[in-house]
Amino acid sequence: MKKIILCVVLLVIVTVFSGTLSSCGANRETLNLFNWGAYMSQGDDGLMDVVGEFEKEFGIKVNEQYFDSNEQMYSKLISGSAEFDLLIPSEYMIARLIEEDRLEPLNFAAIPNYEYIDDAYKGSTWGYDSEDKYSVPYTWGLVGLAYNTKQITEPVDSWDMLWNEKYKDKILMFFNPRDCFGIAQKRLGYSMNSTSRDELDAAAEELKKQRPLVSAYIQDEMMEKMISGESYLTPCFAGDGVTIMDSNEDVNVVFPKEGYNIFVDAMVIPKGAKNKANAEKFINFINRPEVALNNILYIQYSTPHTEAYKNLPEEIKSNKIIYPDGETIARAEGFKHLPKETSDYMDDLWQEIKFGN
Amino acid sequence: MTRTKKTYTFLVFAFLYAPIVVFIFYSFNQSKSRSNFTGFSLRWYIELMQNDRIISALQNTLVVAVLSALAATLLGTAASLGITALKKAPRALIMNITYLPILNPEIVTGISLMLLFVAAGTFLGISLGFWSVLIAHITFNIPYVILNVMPKIRQTDKNIIDAAMDLGCSAPQAFFKVMLPEITPGIASGALMAFTLSFDNFVISYFTLGSDGFTTLPVNIYTSTRRGLSLEYNALFAILFVTVLIFLILMGIADNKAASKNPNSAKQIRLRN
Repeated sequence: MKKIILCVVLLVIVTVFSGTLSSCGANRETLNLFNWGAYMSQGDDGLMDVVGEFEKEFGIKVNEQYFDSNEQMYSKLISGSAEFDLLIPSEYMIARLIEEDRLEPLNFAAIPNYEYIDDAYKGSTWGYDSEDKYSVPYTWGLVGLAYNTKQITEPVDSWDMLWNEKYKDKILMFFNPRDCFGIAQKRLGYSMNSTSRDELDAAAEELKKQRPLVSAYIQDEMMEKMISGESYLTPCFAGDGVTIMDSNEDVNVVFPKEGYNIFVDAMVIPKGAKNKANAEKFINFINRPEVALNNILYIQYSTPHTEAYKNLPEEIKSNKIIYPDGETIARAEGFKHLPKETSDYMDDLWQEIKFGN
Repeated sequence: MTRTKKTYTFLVFAFLYAPIVVFIFYSFNQSKSRSNFTGFSLRWYIELMQNDRIISALQNTLVVAVLSALAATLLGTAASLGITALKKAPRALIMNITYLPILNPEIVTGISLMLLFVAAGTFLGISLGFWSVLIAHITFNIPYVILNVMPKIRQTDKNIIDAAMDLGCSAPQAFFKVMLPEITPGIASGALMAFTLSFDNFVISYFTLGSDGFTTLPVNIYTSTRRGLSLEYNALFAILFVTVLIFLILMGIADNKAASKNPNSAKQIRLRN
């Protein structure tokens, strides 16, 4: 018996090693990409394997590493434990990185496909990159309010619904202070980027009032809870809202009249990147119309790429949740980088809300 | 057993295993949903096999777990032997130092190792990657091996080593033929524990990873949650669970065989433990 176990263990080790070692190829050109998990088409559902195609065409090895929040990306980046060449953070994090002088200006001569990017989502429009020097938009989307039409028959057009006592324990909220405060601030008619303590206090007061009604503060599980019909109301990213609607036809997504958040995730190159030229090649590659189209079909968020948008299937293009009209977009507000004292104060208030004292 | 006892036992096992059963059940789902079972299919198993990212992360995790468990077992066993030979006061000191990393929150260990590796890497001109993860895992595994091996050494009668040497064994022979078989159960459980801890470690791996694309399974899973985990992961866990189950059943059979061959030896082992 012992011998059999030993043989099995040895076999496992040998197979595993042969796999790992064979992946250590000769020294070639590389590109270290730091991206959200599952945020680039990888060849599922008959769509293009973006990274694989790029490696084949340019002979550049792409090393992918993933993060699950902007803050996590930031701490990894500044720790110096890794050398990345290309990041895809959200707009307010880009604003912070620019402010702290942590990004390289892009060489747009190497990125001719930048011409396809719609001005409406560029840094100069939303203020995260005021001269459009550092970033190339990747995706964007609005935060909407998803609700179950079977359970909620009254008209839904306001964030007030998330404070409605009738739906106690059927309401979900985001699990991060920025998004929750954003909703409360908009409901009170304030800016999401307000630095006024009074306004933050007022928003916190609203969130405290709301706390007994909320069944859970979550991020990713909200899709399942809405699909199964366990919860009736949740704020959500429009792309996720559409995913919910695909699986549960009773769910609808609206953009409340008070205003909402718009996010733009964009590609940037961190200061001192060793393979800047490769990163620019990659940005240009991913903005080729057919690559951008494949990629956005996989991600299912909204694309800032005009050609990719044109070639989307009609039912996606006409979907008012993923591609709302200009008027709806104009009512949105983007997150700006908050000064440290404001974000610290918000974190303190958030602790009070969560633990209720 | 009375009915209450039975119900209680049943409830305990239900709580332990129901989530796993549900999890595995959905790995056979035809659609993408985790709550709506639309039909039986092996779709997610096929997609899992084709997903290079998950498979390579799994391979990396296994390599790190096996290597770090082996290294930690060697170092930890040697350390335990050395510690036993110490006098009382230094022994107590060293044991307490050994406990520290276990009590230390993982995130502290992770960040401090990262800072150390960054400094060392800058000095040597190399960037973090496989090597830093491996060293970090060996580091946090060693105390667990020591804690498993030490009690076994203490239980062993010191006189049997002297007896072996009296009867003509050289010192290495006395160690390999007498001491080592005595403490093998401790070494084995230490190695298994090290393997398991390394296999599912997230925090320390996350901080010691570099940018060369080397990533482990827990890190891969954690960072994929923004857009919801795909059912490929259910399929993967189902495979892992069944593998472990088969391994445990085989061990049980082997144990039974050994016991029925020599009922006395089994009793002896149990008594000694």
